[in-house]
Parts: sequence; C-alpha cells; structure tokens
Amino acid sequence: MTTDGAEHIVGYKKLTAVWVALLLLTVATVLITRVELGAGKVWAALAIACLKSGLVIAFFMHMKYESRLFQIILAVALFTLAIFIGLTFFDVLYR
Amino acid sequence: MSHGAHKDKVAAKLGMWLFLFTELLLFGGLFILYAVYLARYPREFSGAGRQLDLVFGAVNTVVLITSSLLAAMAVTAVKRGERRLTITLLSGTLGCAAIFLVIKYLEWSAKISHGIFPGSAKLLAGAPGESVFFGLYYLTTGLHGLHVLIGAALLGWICAKVQSGAIHAGENIALENATLYWHLVDLVWIFIFPLYYLIL
Repeated sequence: MTTDGAEHIVGYKKLTAVWVALLLLTVATVLITRVELGAGKVWAALAIACLKSGLVIAFFMHMKYESRLFQIILAVALFTLAIFIGLTFFDVLYR
Repeated sequence: MSHGAHKDKVAAKLGMWLFLFTELLLFGGLFILYAVYLARYPREFSGAGRQLDLVFGAVNTVVLITSSLLAAMAVTAVKRGERRLTITLLSGTLGCAAIFLVIKYLEWSAKISHGIFPGSAKLLAGAPGESVFFGLYYLTTGLHGLHVLIGAALLGWICAKVQSGAIHAGENIALENATLYWHLVDLVWIFIFPLYYLIL
C-alpha cells in the first residue's frame, strides 16, 4: 500500500465529509455538556473527543492508509499513555 | 540515487510519527496533572472553569478543525500536482492559525485584566484549587499556543518551498510531515476544549 510511487491520495470530498463530522461532533459535545449529567458528562465529552481524534488520525493524518508498522507503533504509544494514566490513578485514588 | 542521499519517504514519516508520540506524552502528562487535581479539587475546578469563555473556546475549536481540513487538502493538492491550490490551501491554514492566536490573545488579556494570572494577588487570596486550575490553564494553553506558533512558522516555510518549486508532486514529504505536526496541534486542542471549557 505504501510502495514507492503509488502513494494513497485522500480525495477532497472525503476530507470535507470528515470535517463536517468533526463539526457535528463539536456541536454534540457542547450540547451534551450543557445537560447536568454529573460525572456522566465528563465521560461523554471524553468519548466524543476520542472519536474526533480517531477521525483526525485516520483520515487527516492518513493513518488508515499507512502500513501496519505505523499502526502498531501508534497503538504502543497510546497503550503507554494509558498505562501512565491508569497507574497514576491507581496511586492517587487509593492512597 | 546517482548522487546525493537516497530519500526514504517511509523512514522520514516514521521519524515524524515517533516525534509526535513524544509530543503526545508531553501533553498527556499535563492532562494527567489536570485529572488528578480535578479529582482533588472538584468544587474549585468547577467554579474556576465556569469563568472561562465558552464562546472563545468553541470558535477556536472550529477554527482549528477548519485549519486541519485545509492542511489535509494541501497534501492532496500537492500530490495531484496542483501547485497554486496547494499554496492557497496552506495560506488558509496560516490564516486560521492567525485567527486562533488573536482569539487566544483576547481571551488571555480578558483574564489578566480581571487579575487572573499565575501568582496574582486575587488567586493567592483565593482557594488553592482555583490557582492550580488557572496555573494549569495558562501552562497547557500556553504550551499549545507555542505549538500553534511553531506549526504556523513551519507551514509558512513549507509554503515558500512549494512556491519556489522545491516541493512538488514527486517530492512532498516535508509538506506531509509539517501537516502531521499541524494535525497534532489540532488533536491536543480537541482534548483541551472539553476538559477546560465544557465539563466543569
């Protein structure tokens, strides 16, 4: 897929569709956090932020079209960050 | 390959991604700090967070998402050999970067004129959780703003190279890597916006 000379090109139409989705998700996150959901709105806002990030990484940053190696190192980086967050809270919450 | 270095596009992009992961962990650390202090001072964070202007934050979100779209389109344009369009799209991204920074300036000056800045008499007299919130706010948005500035400078330089013909359909990895950096700036803001402006 990433052989020399045959690089993948994402069309303008697809990029624009992603942009529209990102704007709609932004509206959704503003509206959902105006409702009093307590801790629920934190999780809802974070879930939407993760979804938006996924769209940006997959299409704007071409990750969907990169080789398996790129996808694996992305997973390793995110997994490392998740360990940092998990272990920090394991310490802070049960101190 | 007859003379000079053989350029490996995949390796260049891989190097850029590795750098982006270090950036991810840098901002990740700041988000962890935020989360820990939010758990410790929920009431103070809530009171302080509501003082942030949702409109400034929301407009800047739209501005950055749009700038990212234009940057991604610029990569498509350069690969298709559309030089003029590439330059127009990159200029659009730079315009968005400028709007973002102006809004950030307005937002920060409004806060500072209300006596809210690290070490101000008002924050020192207030609850400790509040000064922690605004300390993290200035640190995180300041570091992010610095990244916007660096990203814009990088894209401006790339734009000049497209203009001169040094970057074109067959040789565009520098443009691709610069836009990857720009998208990272957008990604960080995607998390700053809900955490600081919305959930509190």
